[in-house]
Amino acid sequence: MNNLIVSPAPHAHSGDTVRRNMLNVIIALVPAYLVSLFYFGLGAFIVSATAIVACVVFEFLIQRFLLKQNNSIGDFSAILTGLLLGFNLPSNLPIWIVVIGALVAIGVGKMSFGGLGNNLFNPALVGRVFLLISFPAPMTTWPRPIAWNSSYLDAETAATPLSLIKENGAEALPAMWEMFIGNMGGSLGEVSAIALLIGGIFLICTRTITWHIPVSILTTVAAFTGILYACDVINVTPLFHLCAGGMMLGAIFMATDYVTSPMSASGQIIYGIGIGIITVVIRVFGAYPEGMSFAILIMNAVTPLLNTYLRPKRFGENKK
Amino acid sequence: MKTFRIGGVHPHENKISAGQKIQNAPLPNQAIVLLAQHLGAPATPIVEKGTEVKVGQLIATASGFISANVHSPVSGKVAKIDTIVDGWGMKTPAVFIDVEGDEWMENIDRSSDIKPVCKLEPADIVKKIGEAGIVGLGGACFPTHVKLSPPPGKKAEVLIINAVECEPYLTCDHQLMMEHGEEIMIGIGIIMKAIGVNKTIVGIENNKPDAIAHMKALASKVMGVEVTPLKLKYPQGGEKQLIDACIGRQVPSGALPIEVGAVVQNVATVYAIYEAVQKNKPLIERVVTVTGKAVQTPGNFRVRFGTPLSTLLDMAGGIPENTGKIIAGGPMMGRAMSNINMPANKRISGLLMLPSEESIRQEPQNCIRCAKCIGACPMGLEPYLLAKQAELGLWDEMEQHHIMDCIECGCCLFTCPSRRPLLDYVRMGKNKVGGIIRARNMKK
Repeated sequence: MNNLIVSPAPHAHSGDTVRRNMLNVIIALVPAYLVSLFYFGLGAFIVSATAIVACVVFEFLIQRFLLKQNNSIGDFSAILTGLLLGFNLPSNLPIWIVVIGALVAIGVGKMSFGGLGNNLFNPALVGRVFLLISFPAPMTTWPRPIAWNSSYLDAETAATPLSLIKENGAEALPAMWEMFIGNMGGSLGEVSAIALLIGGIFLICTRTITWHIPVSILTTVAAFTGILYACDVINVTPLFHLCAGGMMLGAIFMATDYVTSPMSASGQIIYGIGIGIITVVIRVFGAYPEGMSFAILIMNAVTPLLNTYLRPKRFGENKK
Repeated sequence: MKTFRIGGVHPHENKISAGQKIQNAPLPNQAIVLLAQHLGAPATPIVEKGTEVKVGQLIATASGFISANVHSPVSGKVAKIDTIVDGWGMKTPAVFIDVEGDEWMENIDRSSDIKPVCKLEPADIVKKIGEAGIVGLGGACFPTHVKLSPPPGKKAEVLIINAVECEPYLTCDHQLMMEHGEEIMIGIGIIMKAIGVNKTIVGIENNKPDAIAHMKALASKVMGVEVTPLKLKYPQGGEKQLIDACIGRQVPSGALPIEVGAVVQNVATVYAIYEAVQKNKPLIERVVTVTGKAVQTPGNFRVRFGTPLSTLLDMAGGIPENTGKIIAGGPMMGRAMSNINMPANKRISGLLMLPSEESIRQEPQNCIRCAKCIGACPMGLEPYLLAKQAELGLWDEMEQHHIMDCIECGCCLFTCPSRRPLLDYVRMGKNKVGGIIRARNMKK
């Protein structure tokens, strides 16, 4: 009996791991990915697969040769970054641009801060916004969704509903139902609101994320656009704004990134409200048709401040 | 169903030994009675080598306000007064008694008759509890008579009985309620009289439906006693959490439960109070759960203090092969022992044997700021932040972030997906900050 192990309490663990949480998010993205394969076909597969492989390879190379540390591929966070980056790109984007995006996402967005847990900004969005600014034309040319699609670079193009209302073009907006299931132009993973919502419910049920961020973003957007609609500033309904562009993908999957979102429930709600307001302001009054990525990145920058000033409610804080 | 409002986790219950009848452990050949079986100063021995003692005889007196009497759990002759190395490798003073027969003090009522009537005055009840060396048997071992003497100007309104047993694996309180419910009800009446309240809430988690039904049936015959089933959630047995769950009042930071009018007693302590007040029997034994997934016959055993723990382990079928850790207490707050040379005492409510694959912690990874520790913390603290501050030695910042509120329940470490040793850092910081606060108060 001289080989007893001694360690401080607790001696039990929930069994939760970083990998499990990342895997849950990847699983939650599957429905949206299936819709995307249905409408954008080969292109959706090529772009997302390239993004995933490039992110994993870049993370491995940087850790091996630059940082000289053990690789953390096994935590699946690079896979998730790659998948989310892919979801934020048009499915007819050339491979070399996708690879540059992955390099910026992992190299600049994540590893330069010290790897998982230390980055200030959402890596996938850093990659996406870098590409949007550097390659505006290919990044804003979206393929037309066609059922059982198999085209890639030669795909027929279509405008997104948000750019349609921005340019007041002659082309008719897609029907609300079409937008809800994902039959519209857009980045490959953002089109299907219903599939993304299913993923969001899965994440909340498995306690991977809490409801605070998605609900506060979506309610803020609904309320704000509702007011603008009532005042005749815009002529599309709040429901349109909820289903259009990257709203669902951003609210459920991008803004809820653990590392870059606030820690306390009150902080998360303020963060969500901030994202909602900034997004609507950019969409309605800004030069860009879509503002979700910018809004999330701006609020990422505010996160440390929210963590400092909005603390969780302590036990016994207000005597009852 | 009621529960506490902030945080909490759901560990696997693993109540393997539930429903096992309480068995009496055999008397040892030599009893090693610890003098520090309670929170506070060790008791001062009043016997010496060669003194003949009987079961229940006072052998060491409380030395200070927060301390407790120690009685002989066996009859025989004192062999020596010496130190032993306890389960965590610390030297501690003890009285060694060579056991001869089983002769009890004459005034102790050993019959199993139930004595429902207590005619003592409140002050006399508290005095008798103090004389009997009773301490909180839920784990903290705080002297009970001190807890039942509210500071001047404070008035208790409600008595809360902690029958939650939220620690996984442990079943001793559960079984005690099933077998000695009537005595516990009388004990509750005695405490109500002692502190002058007319309302008692017995909090039981709903994973013990038989105990809830049994205690409810008994409580229906007693005025002012109410049994409240509580939703299963750890750490419901934490004093502040239990008060919040039962009466919806939160004890402010740094204050005692009496601040919100509550006095909390563990159910095993209540039974000990019944025995002390009605039967003149001091605290010389308790029920201990011996359990583990690979243990042959897990069970609940009534053991005299001073009996070697190995006796208990043998009663449960011995230490299984592949045992990596032996824990005094439950898996959430119990302490892993480095050896089992220690005797049973007031502090040990359970012995848990974990297989080696469950004994080793996994390598920590980077904090991913998932905020699960914040969601789990029942005190509403930020464990990730406190751990980081402790790592960096930011003691002032830790104090500002209410490190001293931490109850060390272990929810943060339990829930962390990155397996960071959050509570280890927090505990270190708490020690440090506590020392700083004491030094500052001394200067004033």
